[in-house]
Amino acid sequence: MNRRIDITLTVNGERVSRSVDTRLHLIDFLRTELGLTGAHTACEHGVCGACTVRLDGDPVRGCLVMAASLDGSVVETIEGLSDSGEIRDLQEAFVARNAAQCGYCTPGMLVTAADILTQAPNASREEIREHISGNYCRCTGYQAIVDAVEDVLKSRRKSEAA
Amino acid sequence: MNEIVTPKSLGLSREDLPNSYIGRSVPRPNARKLVEGRATYTDDVTLPRLVHAAFLRSPHAHARIVSIDTAAALAVPGVVRVFTGADLAKVCDPWVAVLAHLKGMKSAPQYPLPLERATWQGEAVVAVVAETRAAAEDGVAALAVAFDALPAQVDMETALAPGAVVIHPELGDNLVFTRTAETGNVEAAIAGAHKVVEATFHTGRHTGVTLEPRSIIADYNRADGTLTVHHSTQAPHMMQNVFATQLRMAEGDVRVICKDVGGSYGIKVHVYPDEMAVACMSKIMGRPVKFIADRFEAFGSDIHARDHRIKGRLAVDAEGRFLAFDIDDLTGIGPYSVYPRTSAVEGNQVVNLCGGPYAFDNYRCTTTVVLQNKAPTSQYRAVGHPIATTVTEGLVDLAAEALGIDPVAIRRKNLIRDDAYPCTSPAGMKFEGLSHHASLDKLLEMVPVEKIRADQAEQRKRGVYRGLGFASFIELTNPSPFMYGIGGAKISAQDGCTVRMDPDGSLVALSGVTEQGQGTEAILAQIVAHGVGVPVSKVKVVTGDTQTTPYGGGTWACRGAGIGGEAALQSAIALKEQILEVAGAMLQAQAASLDIVMGEVVDKATGQVRMPLAELGRIVYYRGDTLPKDLARELVQTRHFITKEYPFAFTNGIQASWLEVDVETGMVKLLEHWCVEDCGRVINPMLVDEQVRGGIVQGIGGALYEHCIYNEDGQLLTTTLADYLVPMAAEMPDMHVGHVETPTKESLLGAKGAGEAGTAGAPAAIMNAINDALSPLGARVLAQPFTPDRILRALGTIA
Repeated sequence: MNRRIDITLTVNGERVSRSVDTRLHLIDFLRTELGLTGAHTACEHGVCGACTVRLDGDPVRGCLVMAASLDGSVVETIEGLSDSGEIRDLQEAFVARNAAQCGYCTPGMLVTAADILTQAPNASREEIREHISGNYCRCTGYQAIVDAVEDVLKSRRKSEAA
Repeated sequence: MNEIVTPKSLGLSREDLPNSYIGRSVPRPNARKLVEGRATYTDDVTLPRLVHAAFLRSPHAHARIVSIDTAAALAVPGVVRVFTGADLAKVCDPWVAVLAHLKGMKSAPQYPLPLERATWQGEAVVAVVAETRAAAEDGVAALAVAFDALPAQVDMETALAPGAVVIHPELGDNLVFTRTAETGNVEAAIAGAHKVVEATFHTGRHTGVTLEPRSIIADYNRADGTLTVHHSTQAPHMMQNVFATQLRMAEGDVRVICKDVGGSYGIKVHVYPDEMAVACMSKIMGRPVKFIADRFEAFGSDIHARDHRIKGRLAVDAEGRFLAFDIDDLTGIGPYSVYPRTSAVEGNQVVNLCGGPYAFDNYRCTTTVVLQNKAPTSQYRAVGHPIATTVTEGLVDLAAEALGIDPVAIRRKNLIRDDAYPCTSPAGMKFEGLSHHASLDKLLEMVPVEKIRADQAEQRKRGVYRGLGFASFIELTNPSPFMYGIGGAKISAQDGCTVRMDPDGSLVALSGVTEQGQGTEAILAQIVAHGVGVPVSKVKVVTGDTQTTPYGGGTWACRGAGIGGEAALQSAIALKEQILEVAGAMLQAQAASLDIVMGEVVDKATGQVRMPLAELGRIVYYRGDTLPKDLARELVQTRHFITKEYPFAFTNGIQASWLEVDVETGMVKLLEHWCVEDCGRVINPMLVDEQVRGGIVQGIGGALYEHCIYNEDGQLLTTTLADYLVPMAAEMPDMHVGHVETPTKESLLGAKGAGEAGTAGAPAAIMNAINDALSPLGARVLAQPFTPDRILRALGTIA
């Protein structure tokens, strides 16, 4: 039950090495081993998206990935994305639109929304809604989140065209 | 009239009065930490010597606990200790959730962990404490608990019938509470009516699904006898009292700290036995104990709500005027009334609120509240309102159909006139001032009814069924002690705020109301900035700590703005007066000739800057020797506020839903949604709109998706987010929000509260829209949630 595996990976640009319990999930690894509490656990079975982080460039559910499988991986969390400034415009739009209320879903929502910015820069409102449907929010009713993502898509398109 | 000076009221632009913040969409100062992952939710807190709790929960709806063998659990690596109900009862007194003003109400004593019987599936029975949550769960898996399953009373309809399982034999039966309100002569009105419509409605049992599950760390310090509780809660002072009382401590020795809360909606304003168990275990062990519910535990042990069957009749005359509402409500609340708000208030609200928007003379409504072996129910966002609104608005549409009157026209005819206030409803509710007709007018400016009706007719020819539904509503806010205090519950209706000026001229506001994402801290900062006269960026708001904030009730029933906001305004005004008195002494001027604008003392007549607050602060705090000896110089002021004239404030509004029903699949597609609401003074329009939108979507959840489904044995079948459906982004419509402002005269601020209006009206609007869509097919649905299964049954597609 308690077999341990040694892993070395890059988290938010920093190399970390740990010996982890084989049953430890990525989200618990981040929260309890590294103190990165920005991503949250909420359903713990891959439905709600509150634990979404970036693994090797793609958004993943932190509750569905085993930490033991992460040797050599690159993980980015909301803390890293905030420090790098990569999604500053998105974060500012969330504040301006009040697209976060309790904030519990927000870090996961932002990682998913950041994926729209790069994967679907021309996304319509309906496509934004579809794209974030794997991230549950109980507070906002989603409209402000869609507004914020739409604002950033528009302003990024504008600055690229300029 | 309670006029607060705003730029608009003076005929000025925002720029002319830059620190006027009432009515202004300012972003929340605390939002940045949320978007950067720097918030502090309870699970983010770690403490030295922290241990983690996990619970063995009853697999039966009703069972005798025969034996508990802990040996194997204690042998699990990392397990520290195992606790049974008997262990915890030594340090904790049981509680009984009744309110004295709900006459005849009864419930049984409840312990942190049950002593002899488990009474719902999911009830915590044994606790394991370990070095990690994982080890604690290993310990739970190793426990050997023998249960003797007993017959369960699952169905509320038979809870009072002969042969029912009496859940607490000492109570005699399963009746918790019943009340009938009666005004006029309902029987005579019905006998003489032109038409009487009747229907039976069901609102589905559902729950709040806070994304952050219930979370608590209790930390008892043996050295000084204090208990510090980090708690995800809406009501820190209430919980301080509960922990102190049940654990036999002084209130001053208990500190409840509540930092960021990941959603509450009423779920986190109750006393949960497993959380009380955590406090007990910490007291016994003298070290911090953490419990974070997982999703399975949340579904089985968070409070549920809205499990009602309601029979209703509405009598009308030939012109469509309402003569009488006759309502019979039944609700099953689980095996215990929930402490301290109780589980009878939801049914009581149904009695208070049915027919609420309308003028009529004859009213009869009975609620019957019964025990059953399911998870306990209690107050969830918009307590009772979605039920009362569903019944009322459903009957109104039935009457309109029976009379061949347009749904808008029948509402127009019967809504209480806007010049009829103050008045008292047939249910006994006192209305200070509402705006049903102005709200309806505003809604009709927003909803393109003619275009929609033309589209509806066109689509029907193509076999596409779209519907438009309306729902007027009232919403109870700003409760006085008449809500809980007079019933003996130690829940403060009063709230307080302390505002302090620091030496650099910045302000700190400490408030007894709390933030769970609504924007409480943002509006308090706006109010204090407005009241004193500083930029909002100069105000720091502190909430959620019983050791530092004035005693208060916390945030529930939409009281944050109306009660907490008024306390903040009054204390800001008091601080401003004090500052100006000091400034007057310094500047050899009359205080009344001075003002504070954007953090500077100015000459009121000319606007000329006399002194920055930072200079005033420097002198008061560091060079007090230069001030007159007898000058009062307390740059800190505290004020409390409680409503005195009305037991409750009431808001009102109306919603409209435009949707499409796929008659092949039974799926409902929401096309557009509108809400006009009157929350009194709007402090921050953006935050109010977002409260309304979020509330609408929770209402939509209850109307279309969310359902705690039990089988006949009392087993909860919806225990994951894959089984229990909540609204997702792709299914939600764009929502248009409009406002009418009728400030309450009870306060200078005039705010009434905005958090529950969306939830109160949305289910009824959706029900009426679905039934409008289905009307050409002769089908009707009255049981929420309106699932594809239920719609296809109504259509006769499936049996």
